[in-house]
Amino acid sequence: MLTSADLDTLLLTFKVASISTGLMLLFGTPLAWWLARTRSAWKGFINAVVALPLVLPPTVLGFYLLVLMGPAGVIGQFTSWLGIGTLPFTFAGLVVASVLYSMPFVVQPLQAAFTTIGEQPLEAAATLRASPLDTFFSVVMPLAKPGFLTATILGFTHTVGEFGVVLMVGGNIPDRTRVVSVQIYNHVEAMEYSDAHWLAGILLVFSFAVLLVLYTVLKTQPVAHN
Amino acid sequence: MTKPITARFQLDYGAFQLAVDLSLPGSGITVLFGHSGSGKTTLLRCIAGLQQAQQGYLEINSTIWQDSARDVFLPTHKRSLGYVFQEANLFPHLTVAGNLQFGLKRIAKQSNTADLQHILELLGIDHLLKRKTEQLSGGEKQRVAIARALALNPEVLLMDEPLASLDFKRKQEILPFLSRLHQDLNIPVLYVTHSQQEVAQLADSLVIMENGRALASGPLSETLSRLDVPLAQDREAATVWPVTVIEHENDYHLTRVSFAGGALSLPIIDAAIGTPLRIQIYARDVSIALEVPTATSILNVLPAIITGLADDHGGGLSVVQLQVGGLALLAHITRKSALLLNLQVGMAVYVQIKGTSIL
Repeated sequence: MLTSADLDTLLLTFKVASISTGLMLLFGTPLAWWLARTRSAWKGFINAVVALPLVLPPTVLGFYLLVLMGPAGVIGQFTSWLGIGTLPFTFAGLVVASVLYSMPFVVQPLQAAFTTIGEQPLEAAATLRASPLDTFFSVVMPLAKPGFLTATILGFTHTVGEFGVVLMVGGNIPDRTRVVSVQIYNHVEAMEYSDAHWLAGILLVFSFAVLLVLYTVLKTQPVAHN
Repeated sequence: MTKPITARFQLDYGAFQLAVDLSLPGSGITVLFGHSGSGKTTLLRCIAGLQQAQQGYLEINSTIWQDSARDVFLPTHKRSLGYVFQEANLFPHLTVAGNLQFGLKRIAKQSNTADLQHILELLGIDHLLKRKTEQLSGGEKQRVAIARALALNPEVLLMDEPLASLDFKRKQEILPFLSRLHQDLNIPVLYVTHSQQEVAQLADSLVIMENGRALASGPLSETLSRLDVPLAQDREAATVWPVTVIEHENDYHLTRVSFAGGALSLPIIDAAIGTPLRIQIYARDVSIALEVPTATSILNVLPAIITGLADDHGGGLSVVQLQVGGLALLAHITRKSALLLNLQVGMAVYVQIKGTSIL
């Protein structure tokens, strides 16, 4: 059965994933909108940066974040100057790392959805007196609803499933940075296979159920990992 | 009756340039006519503000929408216009009623909204309000799109080939509604098309576009009969006359209609005395005689003055421009006939009209 320590890691995992997903939608939506509409020469560069976590080993991303957010890193010095200390091995650091790591899973479905909408509904809205911001909320968001659902689900589940980045940036601190994937690793290391089974099983069922909903009920196309 | 629309635009896309300087009537339907690539849609989009011409001046009903010299460019959503796209472009996430309300919700409460119920009846869509847009036929979609644009009681209605994506049957379904709009509305309508039939049926005024320029612009009959416009030499060249039904000759299955310079007999029309109609007279159906033809089967013989002559550059055709009681008329005759009759500008002749079509 699940121990109370296991329950704590589950709870922490969902907390990290929820906050990260919220932040990813907040920052990813304008970014995806810009990427879908811009003719800037920077588009390719930004696209590549956003997609980087898809191909990079999580430990590489985690390593760089650790260095940058550490006391000697640029981000670390900035956060120290702000008086909030350094981010590695804290809950906030974990969230920052998760957001960066799972961002392509939010940005790419949104970008695809925005591109599909095209210019026409936007022009129709403009001729019907809707300002660009009004149009975004009253036309673009409803039309991109499947994209938002896909982005939310993929962003959330991918954050739940991360391991390498967490270990590098968050470490293994109970109640602060110890998430489910790390706890499973701890159990296996300690030869506690039955505990590992419980947690692994929960993640498996959860992830499969979510994807099943995504691909059958919502009839979403699998996201292309380019 | 509102003030004329002033539209001056210069836009350079490298391969395509738009350069127009137009004064368009403040009422009635003005058709922007031309082949694809002539710039007619670009001109309409510049008027709507969907595209921004580098150099432009646009004044509608005493409001300046663009004046590049003073850095004025009103964004589309702040312009009092209605726009009907080639594809109806309805919002698929809203019902018909939701689409109609979209603009209404966004205009100031105190402003003068159109009588929505009247528009719905005019366009025959009052039974569709609860439908989803995907359940509508192409013709119904386009009628909803027209109603959606009109509901805002705009100062100008812009229509970009609203019938082009519809098949013949759907076109016939919508044209009568558009003709009716024409009588019911007192706002100017700018209507883009490449169809001569829609020009004949709807236009009060005509702007002929080619290569980003306005070749000719003015009242319909006058512009259609201009000899310096390629349209006059087209096999389908025709003029359009406004007429009024005055008498039915049931024994002969004929209807008499009057126009400014006389009367014509047409195949019987099912319309009450006094009904205004438009008739189209193809240039190829008009022949010319120097004296009143006494023995002819053709009923419609009218006195006319020749106002212009042109050749069709190498073909055997002469294009003759005439005035019949103040209305312009085109005739296509052979060049040989023109020489044998020694036709000259200013000559008084008789025209025989073999056939007309009612629009």
